[in-house]
Amino acid sequence: MIPHHATVAEIGRGLRAHEYSSVEITRHFLGRIDHANASLNAFVTVTPERAMADAKRADRMIARGEGGPLTGVPLAHKDIFCTEGILTTAGSRMLSNFVAPYDATVVERLAAAGMVLLGKTNMDEFAMGSSNETSFYGPVRNPWDGTRVPGGSSGGSAAAVAARLVPVATGTDTGGSIRQPAALTGLTGLKPTYGRVSRYGMIAFASSLDQAGVLTQSAEDAALVLAAMAGHDARDSTSVNAAVPDYAAGLHRPMKGLRIGIIREFFGEGLDPGVGSAVRAALDRYQATGATLVDVSLPNLPLSVPTYYVVAPAECSSNLSRFDGVRFGHRCAEPRDLMDLYCRTRGEGFGAEVKRRIMTGTYVLSAGYYDAYYLKAQKVRCLINADFKRAFEQVDVLMGPTTPTPAFAIGAKTGDPITMYLNDIYTIGANLAGLPAVSVPCGLVDGLPVGLQIIGPHFSEERLLATAHAWQQQTEWHCKLPPLFA
Amino acid sequence: MTLSRRDVVNIALLARLQITEQELPVYVGSLSAILAFVEQLGAAATDGVEPMAHPLEGQVQRLRDDQVTESDHRDRYQANAPAVEAGLYLVPKVIE
Repeated sequence: MIPHHATVAEIGRGLRAHEYSSVEITRHFLGRIDHANASLNAFVTVTPERAMADAKRADRMIARGEGGPLTGVPLAHKDIFCTEGILTTAGSRMLSNFVAPYDATVVERLAAAGMVLLGKTNMDEFAMGSSNETSFYGPVRNPWDGTRVPGGSSGGSAAAVAARLVPVATGTDTGGSIRQPAALTGLTGLKPTYGRVSRYGMIAFASSLDQAGVLTQSAEDAALVLAAMAGHDARDSTSVNAAVPDYAAGLHRPMKGLRIGIIREFFGEGLDPGVGSAVRAALDRYQATGATLVDVSLPNLPLSVPTYYVVAPAECSSNLSRFDGVRFGHRCAEPRDLMDLYCRTRGEGFGAEVKRRIMTGTYVLSAGYYDAYYLKAQKVRCLINADFKRAFEQVDVLMGPTTPTPAFAIGAKTGDPITMYLNDIYTIGANLAGLPAVSVPCGLVDGLPVGLQIIGPHFSEERLLATAHAWQQQTEWHCKLPPLFA
Repeated sequence: MTLSRRDVVNIALLARLQITEQELPVYVGSLSAILAFVEQLGAAATDGVEPMAHPLEGQVQRLRDDQVTESDHRDRYQANAPAVEAGLYLVPKVIE
């Protein structure tokens, strides 16, 4: 019997103990995808042939006593990572015919670690969304309640891991796109420090904010996969040249003496009372194990959403100018002239939310408005960053809720962009300051998962994962499965 | 900030996006609402504050040695192109 609820660490151990082969595990999860993907819509592309070839190679490595903790373990990539010879859509009609000619560094490194690629997961178009409803390939459904969103933009990765169609999936986080879906589907979601993981081959949305990470069942799994993904890459000029710690070896740290800052601004108006009490109960538990709780105020943090909705659209309008119908992707039929080619290709190829963000960005960067919007937002970004820096002089980590509410209904927020944007109110700050942050399950409200967010100083992933792991050693929230997929 | 229909038509043109007549009023409404929302930044005191473009301080743009590191991938890359001829990307006639 193959345990579909096993973690990456457990499957890796089972493979090395020859309890099952990678081919068997891979078939098992492909079968689960076959069975459940029609209802969840978590995958854009399933790659069974590639998966079986990867699994056979992994089995040969394991038989020779080679490989590491990830060898033979299946994974899925968010469809924002380029995968050589495999459709890579970013959830957009614009790239609905794009077969990537090379692998992203993240893809290359996890393949080199011996992981088995099962497919590419659905996502908000170009990672712009918080509900996975902007995808050209249709909305993803939350395994905990099919009438609700899984969060976004890494919604397909979240739904796939939550339903145990795959033990782990990659994601990207520009304003909360790993942590928010992790919170809404009961997973551990890690956004590393900006520059920790290479962005090479990861389709760009907002280059000063984008960072790759993972959606997993536990902090231990996040530690194992991050260690294989992270590290310097000469092909990404913002990738940081710093040693990658053995995150798994650093998991076992006592919580005694840990100074936890409680972000006062995260417990105000708009926070669902059920989410608030689940998070407070978690904080009390940390205190009971010897951590110190410190009330911390970050006065400029409430400005993070408006700051983000200037900076991110500005960078997106620039990044997405490459989609011009000339070199790759969608092209409109029978263009009259070059201008018509550009305008119709982009008008047809992009969905409504992407067009809205490109136009917002175009406006805030245009002559006469640049200082009032873009430059002003960059200055406020500096103030928000300074708030975090001051806080970390007093405390080791910051904690608060990941999202204001549990998963909302599909369609509930699509009519009003600002209501949708405010869903990321607690996650955006870490992106603006480039900080690592993790969301861990900390309760259920009316049967829906709730996330505790832990934010640390730059390059403190080791401490963040140890802090999350300590919680998961004492609680079982991360082991809860959606009843339909248990 | 309230944008007019003409403003939005102009922004769409700058962004090279064709917007339909039906979409236009939707964008007039939502873009105006977004700009009104971000205007709260105006209240923040930012005199003397440096604009922040990069989240990690002290990061400098690295330079590499001026050496050829890539081989020719033209055919592979052009396999994704909508129209090519003799190794060149085709676009509608630009010069009459």
